[in-house]
Amino acid sequence: MSGKILIKNGFVFDPMNGVDGEVMDVAVENGKIVEDVKGVDVKVIDATGMVVMPGGVDVHSHIAGSKVNSGRALRPEDHYKDYEPRKPGLRSGVGHTVPSTFVIGYRYARMGYTTVVEPATPMLKQRHTIEELNDIPIIDKASFPLVGDCWFVMEYLEKSMFKECAAYLAWLLKALKGYALKVVNPGGLESWGWGGNVRSIDDSIPNFNLTPREILRGLCKVNKMLNIPHPIHVHANRLGQPGNYKTLIETMDCVRDLYDGYKPIIYLTHCQFNSYAGESWIDLTSGAPEVADYVNKHPHVVIDVGQVIFSNATTMTADGPFQFQLHLLTDYKWVNADVECETSAGIVPFRYRKRNYVHAIQWITGLELALMVKDPWRVFLTTDHPNAGPFTEYPRVVGWLISRKAREATMKKVNARALKRTMLDSIDREYSLYEIAIVTRAGTANVLGLKSKGHLGVGADADIAIYDFNPRVIDLSRDYKLVRKAFRRAKYTIKGGEIVCVNGEIVKSIEGSIFWVNPSISHDLEDTVVSDIRGRFRDYYTIEFDSYVIDEDFLVNSRPMQVKGGV
Amino acid sequence: MNVIRNVLCPFCGCCCDDLEVEVDSNRIVNVRNACALGRGKFLSIGEHRLLKPLVRVNGELVETDLDKAIEKAVEIVKDSSYPVFYGFGCTSCEAIKLCLEMADLLGGLADNISVVCHGPTILGLQDMGIPSATLGQVRHRADLIIYWGCNPVEAHPRHMLRYGPLSNGRFVAGRKNRRMVVVDVRRTSTAAMADVFIQVKPNSDFEVLTALRALVNDLDLEVEEVGGVPVGKLEELADMMVNAKFGALFFGLGLTMSYGKEHNVESAIALVRDLNKKTKFIMIPMRGHFNVTGANEVFTWQTGYPFCVDFSMGYPRYNPGETSAIDVMARGDCDLLFVVGADPCSHLPRQIVEKLKNVKLIVLDPAVTPTVKMADVAIPVAYVGIEAGGTAYRMDGVPLRLKKIIDPPPGVLSDVDVLNQILRRLK
Repeated sequence: MSGKILIKNGFVFDPMNGVDGEVMDVAVENGKIVEDVKGVDVKVIDATGMVVMPGGVDVHSHIAGSKVNSGRALRPEDHYKDYEPRKPGLRSGVGHTVPSTFVIGYRYARMGYTTVVEPATPMLKQRHTIEELNDIPIIDKASFPLVGDCWFVMEYLEKSMFKECAAYLAWLLKALKGYALKVVNPGGLESWGWGGNVRSIDDSIPNFNLTPREILRGLCKVNKMLNIPHPIHVHANRLGQPGNYKTLIETMDCVRDLYDGYKPIIYLTHCQFNSYAGESWIDLTSGAPEVADYVNKHPHVVIDVGQVIFSNATTMTADGPFQFQLHLLTDYKWVNADVECETSAGIVPFRYRKRNYVHAIQWITGLELALMVKDPWRVFLTTDHPNAGPFTEYPRVVGWLISRKAREATMKKVNARALKRTMLDSIDREYSLYEIAIVTRAGTANVLGLKSKGHLGVGADADIAIYDFNPRVIDLSRDYKLVRKAFRRAKYTIKGGEIVCVNGEIVKSIEGSIFWVNPSISHDLEDTVVSDIRGRFRDYYTIEFDSYVIDEDFLVNSRPMQVKGGV
Repeated sequence: MNVIRNVLCPFCGCCCDDLEVEVDSNRIVNVRNACALGRGKFLSIGEHRLLKPLVRVNGELVETDLDKAIEKAVEIVKDSSYPVFYGFGCTSCEAIKLCLEMADLLGGLADNISVVCHGPTILGLQDMGIPSATLGQVRHRADLIIYWGCNPVEAHPRHMLRYGPLSNGRFVAGRKNRRMVVVDVRRTSTAAMADVFIQVKPNSDFEVLTALRALVNDLDLEVEEVGGVPVGKLEELADMMVNAKFGALFFGLGLTMSYGKEHNVESAIALVRDLNKKTKFIMIPMRGHFNVTGANEVFTWQTGYPFCVDFSMGYPRYNPGETSAIDVMARGDCDLLFVVGADPCSHLPRQIVEKLKNVKLIVLDPAVTPTVKMADVAIPVAYVGIEAGGTAYRMDGVPLRLKKIIDPPPGVLSDVDVLNQILRRLK
């Protein structure tokens, strides 16, 4: 950790500090960015003619937990051709869309990513998620518990007991070492317990006097009361259905009045899957222009894309009813995994094909969102790994964003009818490297509230990616393939001040940390709520209250983040 | 006297975590809330105990000290060209991880006891997927519960009370509000509690499931009976299934290990999948040992495959039929069997056990088992879940914490400690 490193003469892209490709030195000591380092023991990296960025921060990627592991077990055919042999100090493992834990760590580090969030973990199985996160090397991690359809939450909300709901969730994050509140198809998952679903944000939820709108508004209020650094992380209702862009906009709009002008209060994830216009699969088209327009006009919203890659994928979400529909649509194999009192999950393998009309629309919708939302601090690059494609294909998305030529090359091969009915071809915007740095690290770290990540200011964690291309010599738009290649294999990845990757090869495996949020609330309220929960726990769950709680020492390198809750 | 609450029972896949264990000066004197099987385990850990490490010298097992036994084990492991690591139903995930690391390091093979229990379930779900849920969903919602090829009254005694027909759920409570069906080849003690018992001819589950699937899909059967069951009775069952608000199918080795194996499981999955087009239906395998599910989970996240993982090419390779511990032993490919948390000499086919005479055998076990008696090195370890803690997974994949409630006998370490010592010397 005490290793001193000096990265000299790189073109630095550090948007959080307003640095846009200036030639600068970056100094590292004791795992942190420092003003300068001196001495004979300084390791000097000559980054002349290279790009230096903060380590990548992925805000939404399914990398760990029971659902991911079911996906791995379900798909031996996914792994056969893609494996990583054992090397000294490293473990062997398999790829591809659902890689094994060690390989996830290595492959993220290889691309210069150093922090990744598992965005959907059932609380009852959080211990499993933590076990896998512990086994993912190098990168730092966090996880979002699925609270939207949790019985305790719904019961507090249906009685408008917001304070108690806040206290319960504060306890939950602390007890389960979670980082933020995740909501998936609110109300739909409880309905799926009976094989049903909700059809709109005002539909009723069986056996609960509550609507999806009330869950969203309630959790948004509670999130603010607790000062949780990340806004509520929402997978909206009616995902993957034609015409669902209206539901997405309704979802965004239903909390608009709660905005206090300070920071975004709702995060809509993998919006590509929720931005379809049209009435059926036949007249499906992109609703991205409408969604982007709404986002552009409303600062309370922040989104990520969920960009489709034309490749194999494994769809896995907590959205059980959606996954069943996908199974019916494709007849591919299907895993369902409902979790008592909390949530559901489903898994269906998938392949996105260029010539397929619907898949082409999906690809176009994602890119339109990324290109039409003007503020890069409010739209992020994801593939909802492994739902729209594996995270290892991010460089391909970077190529499409920085280069119209790259998009044209793909457009030549995609379904022509889909292109004709959308406006992607008329968009000229090309991302700058500065913007790429925002949508892949600075913006994501910012929306997560990870103050030590996503920038290269003094005091930040020394997580750094160096990519081998010279942005002053090459034309990004024309030479996008070079850029893509550079992003696939970082010249250097430095994690916590340790050089972990050189020339795209892992040279050292270290253990990353797990971030979690610990909101402090009034002791009286906490005691009242915890004893209420404890009292009802056996009536709800098939395990004991004490079994539910995860001790901090179960985490390899726990990094709690204290926040002061307002209740 | 000290009462320890919220203890997880390290016996079957139910993983009941509400046991209360009375401990008096490092001795278990009473166990509350447990079934006879669980209680028996807690109260009899002193019996048939392996207390001293054993190594084989000139054909005889002789007692030795721990360091010498570990040294001997390391020597055998180093000499081995193709070691097989096997077992893991009765140990913690922490121990399983260490064995996988060794198999990876040495280019050996790792397999778990699912190869002789729910291996076909895994193969079935890899072909089809599986519509499943946690046990609490059954407790709260199921108005129809089917036990197929399993006998919970004797093998998972608290299953019916905690998660099954006798449980009290939020939307459905108690036995009288649920229908219970048992399908088996004989009238078991579970069958005696069922509303409907369907006796199938041995080895005809596949036919019966296929017939049910046809009936659920509104097809007529032009035969009198299928698998020894009159079609009228199957029609009755199909109606019950379709009309249930929430149905649950629990299945055991009667389905997975009878003729047809994974094809039986596949046809059960196809049936439940079809039922989901009409109502809500889920299925859960009745896993036997308390952490065999955990073995599948750890194998999967570390290697991509739930069992039968071969590292001889330097990376995980999976091909059941070629890379299971049984295949490898049957071919005589391995020269070392390293056993943790299992008793293969009691459970594997006799032809395989006979082959063990030709390979070295290292065993970590708390008790003197038949496998220990055949071992070249046997190292006593603590009872996981009683004398050592860790993590285990319930049959439905719910992860739980195993507790250490008393100290192991003097000089006896946990398997994690022993494995760590061996691994350290191998690196």
